[in-house]
Amino acid sequence: MDSAGEVVNDGKITLEGFTVAARAFADKWKRHNLSFPPWSWVPLINRTLLKKEEGYLSLEKIIILSSVDESAEEESLDVTADWSEREESIDHTVLVQNVEDEAHYYDYHIVYSASYMVPMLYFRGYSSDGRPLSLDVIKRDLPSSSVSLLLESKWTFITQEEHPYLNRPWFKLHPCGTEEWIKLLSESSSSDGCQMPVELYLVSWFSVVGQVVGLRTPLEMLI
Amino acid sequence: MAANEEAVKYVWEGAIPLQIHLHKSEVASHPPPPPALVLAPRIGYLPLLDHLIKPYFKDSLPPGEDSIWFDYKGLPLKWYIPTGVLFDLLCAEPERPWNLTIHFRGYPSNVLIPCEGEDSVKWNFVNSLKEAAYIINGNCKNVMNMSQSDQEDLWTSVMNGDLDAYTRLSPKIKMGNIEDEFSRKASVSSPQSRQGGTEIDVAGQVKTARVPVRLYVRSVSKDFENLEDVPEMDTWDEISYLNRPVDFLREEGKCFTLRDAIESLLPEYIRDRAQTSGEEGEERTTDASDVSQETRGEIKMVRIQGIEMKLEIPFSWVVNNLMNPEFYLHVSVLVKEPQR
Repeated sequence: MDSAGEVVNDGKITLEGFTVAARAFADKWKRHNLSFPPWSWVPLINRTLLKKEEGYLSLEKIIILSSVDESAEEESLDVTADWSEREESIDHTVLVQNVEDEAHYYDYHIVYSASYMVPMLYFRGYSSDGRPLSLDVIKRDLPSSSVSLLLESKWTFITQEEHPYLNRPWFKLHPCGTEEWIKLLSESSSSDGCQMPVELYLVSWFSVVGQVVGLRTPLEMLI
Repeated sequence: MAANEEAVKYVWEGAIPLQIHLHKSEVASHPPPPPALVLAPRIGYLPLLDHLIKPYFKDSLPPGEDSIWFDYKGLPLKWYIPTGVLFDLLCAEPERPWNLTIHFRGYPSNVLIPCEGEDSVKWNFVNSLKEAAYIINGNCKNVMNMSQSDQEDLWTSVMNGDLDAYTRLSPKIKMGNIEDEFSRKASVSSPQSRQGGTEIDVAGQVKTARVPVRLYVRSVSKDFENLEDVPEMDTWDEISYLNRPVDFLREEGKCFTLRDAIESLLPEYIRDRAQTSGEEGEERTTDASDVSQETRGEIKMVRIQGIEMKLEIPFSWVVNNLMNPEFYLHVSVLVKEPQR
């Protein structure tokens, strides 16, 4: 099914819509986020059980220096309204190459949830020797707002769960409630009521969800 | 309905006899402790057995902190899968007692989600219940709005296998039900068919509900005659896990069966009917199906709550009687891989 031109008005997205939105998101990211590696679409072709168009988005080996001082942490929190002017400068919390053993590596996957009919963010952290980072260590790399939310809702915000395709423990941001805030977001962001072109779905979604793990969405992507 | 209650009672009383061995590397006593024999509820979870098992082994353990996990023939067992489902999935030919190895040290955190005892198991249950509620009702409000004490009591009823308490508490979640519609359909034939708010698609099918299903598909590359010839499983990578709702479809004069449900999730494996009603000449059709029978995968067994299922059984019956207390139907499927 061709989902281009489709609109989202109930906060949910279909599997086909997710595929379309994922490609649009990856394209925009590549154009507006030059200091980051691109998101790639990982198709699940070797799995005969799944529908052909299935896959997930992947952004891997993002390096975060673990020796984040207070000011740097604050920095990673503000959403970059002025990102475009700073595109060429290298952000000092996120470097893409040439760092020593203090570095923490992060992989992020955006996976479709057939139950909630929304995207879900999975991530994992590991040190340069490949050892997985525990949540306690990861907390130090998360924005402070996420850390306080984690303290309040230990079991319902970020938990370790099995990656739906990789059979390994990853961290998962709980998707319950996504539909509601996406609905709010699409209502406020568009003039003609509560409709959002499907191509913008993941951009809007990530502009909120990315902040939880300290990844910014350049404003240009939302246009 | 009395018959229904009876089936649910069987599910709740279902248990697997376990013979649990302490892993060699953790035996710090002479002689080594004998294995522990424990009856594990099908709808329960392995970490919940620790208060029964620990007394057997506590005097044999080396000093250190406990973090319990189990393996079956070297395969670490995922604690968040109900015990009965693990048994159905990993023992094609049921082994009784089921010989498991327990470890108190060296948690394999690269392959297993960490478990902080009962709390982890409880929240795994509650989060699954929320997901099921979302699938069935389109939101998780009824689970979220449950009072803390009701939620706690519901969990305790599951943990203790207390069906009476569960039956009293679970209606508070107000999960939509597919049973009524079906039994009406079955008893009164077509004239009374209700088509209220539901939509009919082109094929005349009415989608009436979404059903929470967790499907565990084990693929085996070689064909086999007997279940005892199914090779042991070395890694979880041999299992494809599909956590995906089934759309319950109602079609005039037709019953939505377990086959229909599995077909919707594994279209690659059930295609016989489409093949035989092909429009091509007879010869070609038989040729094609002969070839594809070999090259295509084949479903060898479908098992739910320890029962080898006939695929013709009405799906509504299966769901209402054999689902687990978190409203998920766990289905173990054994398939022969397609040849490539």
